[in-house]
Amino acid sequence: MDVLAFLVEPLQYGFLTRALAVTVAAAVVAAVLSCWLILMGWSLMGDAVSHAVLPGVALAYIIGIPFSIGAFVFGAGAVALIGIVRSTTKLKADTVIGVVFTALFAAGLAIVSATPSQIDLMHILFGNVLGVSSGDVWQVLILGAVTLAILLFKRRDLTLLAFDRTHAHVIGLNTRFLSALLLGLLALTVVVGLQAVGIILVVAMLITPGATAFLLSRSFDRMLVIAVVLTVAASVTGIYASYYLDISTGAAVVLSQAIVFAVVYLVGRPDGVLWQARRRRPGSPVGGRRRSPDAVAAAVAPRRGADDAATSGA
Amino acid sequence: MSSMPTDHVPPGDDPEDGAPILDVRGVSVTYDDVQALDDVSVSLRAGSICGLIGVNGSGKSTLFKALMGLVAPQQGTVELFGRTTAAARRAGLVAYMPQAEEVDWTFPVSVSDVVGMGVYGRLGAARRLRPADRAAVGEALERVGLTDLGRRQIGRLSGGQRKRVFIARSIAQDARLLLLDEPFAGVDQASERTMTALLRDLREEGRSVLVSTHDLAGVPEFCDEAVLLHRRVLAHGHPAAVLTQGNLARAFGAAPSDDDPRPLHPAATGES
Repeated sequence: MDVLAFLVEPLQYGFLTRALAVTVAAAVVAAVLSCWLILMGWSLMGDAVSHAVLPGVALAYIIGIPFSIGAFVFGAGAVALIGIVRSTTKLKADTVIGVVFTALFAAGLAIVSATPSQIDLMHILFGNVLGVSSGDVWQVLILGAVTLAILLFKRRDLTLLAFDRTHAHVIGLNTRFLSALLLGLLALTVVVGLQAVGIILVVAMLITPGATAFLLSRSFDRMLVIAVVLTVAASVTGIYASYYLDISTGAAVVLSQAIVFAVVYLVGRPDGVLWQARRRRPGSPVGGRRRSPDAVAAAVAPRRGADDAATSGA
Repeated sequence: MSSMPTDHVPPGDDPEDGAPILDVRGVSVTYDDVQALDDVSVSLRAGSICGLIGVNGSGKSTLFKALMGLVAPQQGTVELFGRTTAAARRAGLVAYMPQAEEVDWTFPVSVSDVVGMGVYGRLGAARRLRPADRAAVGEALERVGLTDLGRRQIGRLSGGQRKRVFIARSIAQDARLLLLDEPFAGVDQASERTMTALLRDLREEGRSVLVSTHDLAGVPEFCDEAVLLHRRVLAHGHPAAVLTQGNLARAFGAAPSDDDPRPLHPAATGES
């Protein structure tokens, strides 16, 4: 089979082209958001929101409204609940997140189990991208476009928020609004992504592309571009792998992203793990590794902090 | 959300004639059951460098937070340039230089990206830099001697260069009050001299600098005045008048010897 036929054959099926459109659109939005999410240290928040939407999706099916409305209400509600509990107790954020999202996830399971005939739990949890209707496609494309547009329009404020929240506050920006905006967009992105890979695996779409791009980037704009390019490549690869190897589409997409991360982690940068191991091998030339200015400064300059520590320790 | 360019006060003329740069009156802050500040009153005049001196836990960080509007005092008032702290922030009058440990040095931003964040307060909602803003960033980089390193990721700088990035940011912002948190920690002597020269230049332009430090070396020659803090203001005035044996004993818990003004064991009284 030649390459062209290999690539074209799956696209003859309408369900596969729809799957491709939904997956790529969701993956792009999630990849862009993931860049801020991992820099804010909010990866766990992505995990929480995606699980917490389950009761919303279940209720939406029961009531007969678009699933995205139910999912968004519960995603945003989970964020608000986490914020309230966190600010009114001494508990740390990860603890509060753990309590809230497991409670909501369990509530969702309870609702689903009470109405077994109407809802296919597996489809919500792991996605049913091969079964999306053209209405679902439009829903994903429109929500995705809106989310992406807001993210890109406010990207400088969001980057400042992630980098130096105090400075943002001191120059008069509304940091609470910006945090709420990012969390609201997170909820929207989960809504977009759960159609493609389900609410369990959407977590990977929200974290892995940003993590991979971070390893390769020294500037934020570059990080955004790398995250998008890699996630599109992984999504397309995942869809084709799913078709030819007959494996779960959501799993194939997430595994593709994980493989890209693994490759970048091992060999994708000058300080990649494999290159370091090679340099450490006996007989390999030493000194090929450039010293960072930090290491140079630390070696050359006597630091006052260190002096103080020595003095007070004496 | 953003202040109008006309709000922006050029250095030299006082935004509110006669009003002190910084006016803290009877401020008390309590976290849970720990009193961080107790009836603190401080007033600063324009165009001076003031050292805020105290051990860890003496309330320096809390006072900074009160000045930036990050904590609301249970008692007392804080005014900057005769305005509320919120109004002073919106007008871009205040800049803060974080401690080195507070900064994520792995963050994918370049030196000029960070300096550019200084001008965000006077830009539109998308924070697109206009040519005039880019020029301000370029000038700020030149003044701190980092022009050649503008495209470098911030983690790939030496300790002294890292500090200068944040000074450049406050220059680009054109702030009139600079709050510097432990600016000389982890900085070698040469960089410290560069920084003090820079800060003196900024003072000559009528800007005011408040430097928080627990390190007394350099305070007498660098600062015009000093505030000795230990939850209360123990002394405020000319450095020589403030840094007396008796005052230091009260602030640091032990009388340092004559030849070494630095405390050997700053009493650690918890995080402020």
